[in-house]
Amino acid sequence: MAKFRKEGKKEIPQISTASLPDIIFMLIFFFMVSTTIRETQLMVENKVPGATEVKKLERKDLVSYIYIGKPKRQFQDLYGTEPRIQLNDSFAKVDDIRDYIATERKQLDESERPKMTTSLKVDEDTKMGVVTDVKLALRKASALKINYSAREVKQVY
Amino acid sequence: MARPSGEFNAAPMADIAFLLLIFFLVATTFDVDTGIMRKLPPIPDEQQQRQQQDKQIKERNVFEVLINSNDQLLVEGEPMDISNLRENAKEFIANPRNKEDLPEMKVKEVPFFGQTETTKGIISLQNDRGTSYEMYIKVQNELTAAYNELHDDLAMQKFGKHYKKLNEERKDAIDEIYPMIISEAEPKNVGGN
Repeated sequence: MAKFRKEGKKEIPQISTASLPDIIFMLIFFFMVSTTIRETQLMVENKVPGATEVKKLERKDLVSYIYIGKPKRQFQDLYGTEPRIQLNDSFAKVDDIRDYIATERKQLDESERPKMTTSLKVDEDTKMGVVTDVKLALRKASALKINYSAREVKQVY
Repeated sequence: MARPSGEFNAAPMADIAFLLLIFFLVATTFDVDTGIMRKLPPIPDEQQQRQQQDKQIKERNVFEVLINSNDQLLVEGEPMDISNLRENAKEFIANPRNKEDLPEMKVKEVPFFGQTETTKGIISLQNDRGTSYEMYIKVQNELTAAYNELHDDLAMQKFGKHYKKLNEERKDAIDEIYPMIISEAEPKNVGGN
């Protein structure tokens, strides 16, 4: 027969925190898997326009980025408020695109060079003038596959 | 001395894990890069340039879209609202009633379809240097949507599936019937800047 013991005093046991690290580690793994490391620090305003017909960029390693937009507040004293081009971590001129594309291309495997894509991350308030210059520079550098970066939205007008 | 018991204090472990978590939250981004894919035309050499000048495209085969520096549209010589652009582009590309002023059809052998009419229509897009990028993307988006809808309709009709779900060969066949050609002319600079 089972015996039931009754204790006179009931103490509330302290909650064990030993499993807390496990939970946090799980969160860490989730974030490590589902996010990507931010490779550049944005120095320009970059709110890309919305579009409905967007496609996902599949191979991130084949993509090089060109950011265009107004310099952020802390850079405006130095660089003004006109839209500027950012390559890697610095402001650049249109002429620098050629070298940038050349270095990016060199980093890729020879067989994958034709698949290289340039993603234009352009702020929606930019005028087309700069973008046109960049496009011409890309044509000259024969980086012809481009992607106009856009957010996916349900409706554009 | 007695050995310490097996249990160790695991409380700081949580702190370390939190620290790592915060690091990853700050240093990474969620964003999946999405956008509209385009192919730029290569810079023609002199010989090609001469050839191009000889090759005149008939007016009825060109769907002209102009955007001025005030973000207004002029389509085939008529002002138009962006909301009507998609329908108009679709009608132009497909030319369902074989109208005289809409693009010619060329009968061609296409895999899966046999002898089919393919469109010779081209969309010509020209913007001003003062056009806003937002408007430009909207127009590009509408034009892409027009093609995508036509491709999808045809895929549904022929294969009973959405265009996205078809295999590459079938997609290519559909692309051949409605080839997506958006030619961009050198922008004007009327609006200044």
